[in-house]
Amino acid sequence: MAILVLAEHDNKTLKPATLNVIGAAKKLGGEIHVLVAGAACGAVADAAAKCEGVAKVLKADNSPLEHQLAEDIAPLLHEQGKNYSHILAPATTHGKNVLPRAAALLDVQQISDVIAIHDAETFERPVYAGNAIATVKSSDKIKVMTVRPTNFDAVKNSGGSGVVNEINTATPNTLSSFAGQELSKSERPELTAAKIVISGGRGVGSKENFAIIEKLADKLGAAVGASRAAVDAGYVPNDYQVGQTGKIVAPDLYIAIGISGAIQHLAGMKDSKIIVAINKDGEAPIFGIADYGLVGDLFQIIPELESKI
Amino acid sequence: MKILVPVKRVIDFNVKVRVKSDGTGVDLANVKMSVNPFDEIAVEEAVRLKEGGKATEVVVVSIGPAKAEEQLRTAMAIGADRGILVKTDAPTDLGGVEPLAVAKMLKALVEKEKPDLVIMGKQSIDDDSNQTGQMLAALLGWPQGTFASKLNIESGSLKVTREIDGGLETLSLKTPAVITTDLRLNEPRYAKLPDIMKAKKKPMETIEPSALGVDIAPRLKIVKVAEPAKRKGGIKVKTVDELIDKLKNEAKVL
Ligand SMILES: Cc1cc2nc3c(=O)[nH]c(=O)nc-3n(C[C@H](O)[C@H](O)[C@H](O)COP(=O)(O)OP(=O)(O)OC[C@H]3O[C@@H](n4cnc5c(N)ncnc54)[C@H](O)[C@@H]3O)c2cc1C
Repeated sequence: MAILVLAEHDNKTLKPATLNVIGAAKKLGGEIHVLVAGAACGAVADAAAKCEGVAKVLKADNSPLEHQLAEDIAPLLHEQGKNYSHILAPATTHGKNVLPRAAALLDVQQISDVIAIHDAETFERPVYAGNAIATVKSSDKIKVMTVRPTNFDAVKNSGGSGVVNEINTATPNTLSSFAGQELSKSERPELTAAKIVISGGRGVGSKENFAIIEKLADKLGAAVGASRAAVDAGYVPNDYQVGQTGKIVAPDLYIAIGISGAIQHLAGMKDSKIIVAINKDGEAPIFGIADYGLVGDLFQIIPELESKI
Repeated sequence: MKILVPVKRVIDFNVKVRVKSDGTGVDLANVKMSVNPFDEIAVEEAVRLKEGGKATEVVVVSIGPAKAEEQLRTAMAIGADRGILVKTDAPTDLGGVEPLAVAKMLKALVEKEKPDLVIMGKQSIDDDSNQTGQMLAALLGWPQGTFASKLNIESGSLKVTREIDGGLETLSLKTPAVITTDLRLNEPRYAKLPDIMKAKKKPMETIEPSALGVDIAPRLKIVKVAEPAKRKGGIKVKTVDELIDKLKNEAKVL
């Protein structure tokens, strides 16, 4: 049986998370197919076909699919997915939105946030904000799962020679429609794919003060993240949030600045290779998981670090 | 407009769980339990809609152990009108009844209660699945507005702003619909003592899962529960220069 991977894309480019999910699919064994659903998404389908290990791309290219609404994509996954042993999507907000809807249509109990694959039906997933790891074995005929991209190596985006098959899509749904978006614009690397992430918390104190975090990030070519407290207080947009209920990151270097280290925050960054904590409170829990801690006032430390690094 | 809000009894968000030494689950003995924080946001949103004259009744439902009555009472203290407890004896330490079965039971309750809107948490902080709302919407054939940070009700439709990886997205949904809450939708109130007292007298109905005709047998077998790999302790450096030196020459990440 073959494995179906739902591609993450914006109709123009294939998002790197997809390459990690294909990497996870390779561990399952079986032919790998990728579903690219969108509008004017031919370039994405071609890119997916070139990925290492991809045998076939199912391209559903149709203008009503432009915004990839769950009410359109889930029925498509339901229809196409019946012939597969596994259906995988990245554990991004898109994957999390669409996949459970498809799983319910298939009468399957989805497995969320898979971080390790034992065999074709046994998987590890974090529970309780990553404070426990459950190994679960699925008895469903089709395994439907979201996969944490940071836990699987990406396949190469070249060297593959998959065929692209156009598939017909049903009529657009009448339940939901797109009404607008406000996307954060940034020249910085994407948070979940960056090699270095610099995050600020409540200690940074204001939106204006966040500029010192951004300046340091730009000097290092890093992405900027934040704690929930910093997002709630309006210092930075929601998509900066790292944690149990935000984004999961695992860069080579994570620098937490003015962040106390609540379990919900640690859940999103504790798999980083090297963690640095900068906090004026020497007892802050963040120091318990930091490789290098520096106790002191961030308003003195960060400008100094930025000028010397 | 009638609103149904599912609420779940979970470990309090301030408590760090302990994995049982025999690897069968986590230890919830004598642990503080609360309303799942996202569900509290859902209750608050529904109650605000009622207070704003847009909703007429807020019904809360919990699927879980008998003690989940406490969480239903908390929701009623915030302002929900009545509660339904679907009492199950499924072990709760790994999240209780699985999301698909919960969604099926909620579907049966929706067919009985006929709400115009279901508002629920995007995930519960025990098993962190983030599935039930999407599954319920699928089973009902309703639209879904997940990870909502803003909700605007108009006649016959609603606009929901969602927190997505790239920023924010706004959708128009026909009603009835399922909404799942994100952290920024609102800040739940603290229930005042008179409201807590009043909540004790609000109607509560207890039913058995069998009354809803749903098979709740788990599809996932728990093979093992383990502690995550521990990070080995680090060191404190004294100066910025020392930090830079370590990052360059020891960790080699710069
Ligand atoms: C359901 C739920 C989900 C959640 N999900 C998330 C999530 O995904 N991500 C997340 O991050 N949180 C999440 N939280 C919130 C979490 O519990 C914490 O409240 C939050 O992480 C705290 O953010 P913080 O560390 O920035 O703030 P605080 O805990 O207030 O810490 C601020 C730190 O800054 C330090 N500081 C202050 N001034 C200075 C200075 N001048 N120099 C140096 N240090 C300074 C202080 O010593 C302190 O340690 C969630 C909570 C709940 C209930």
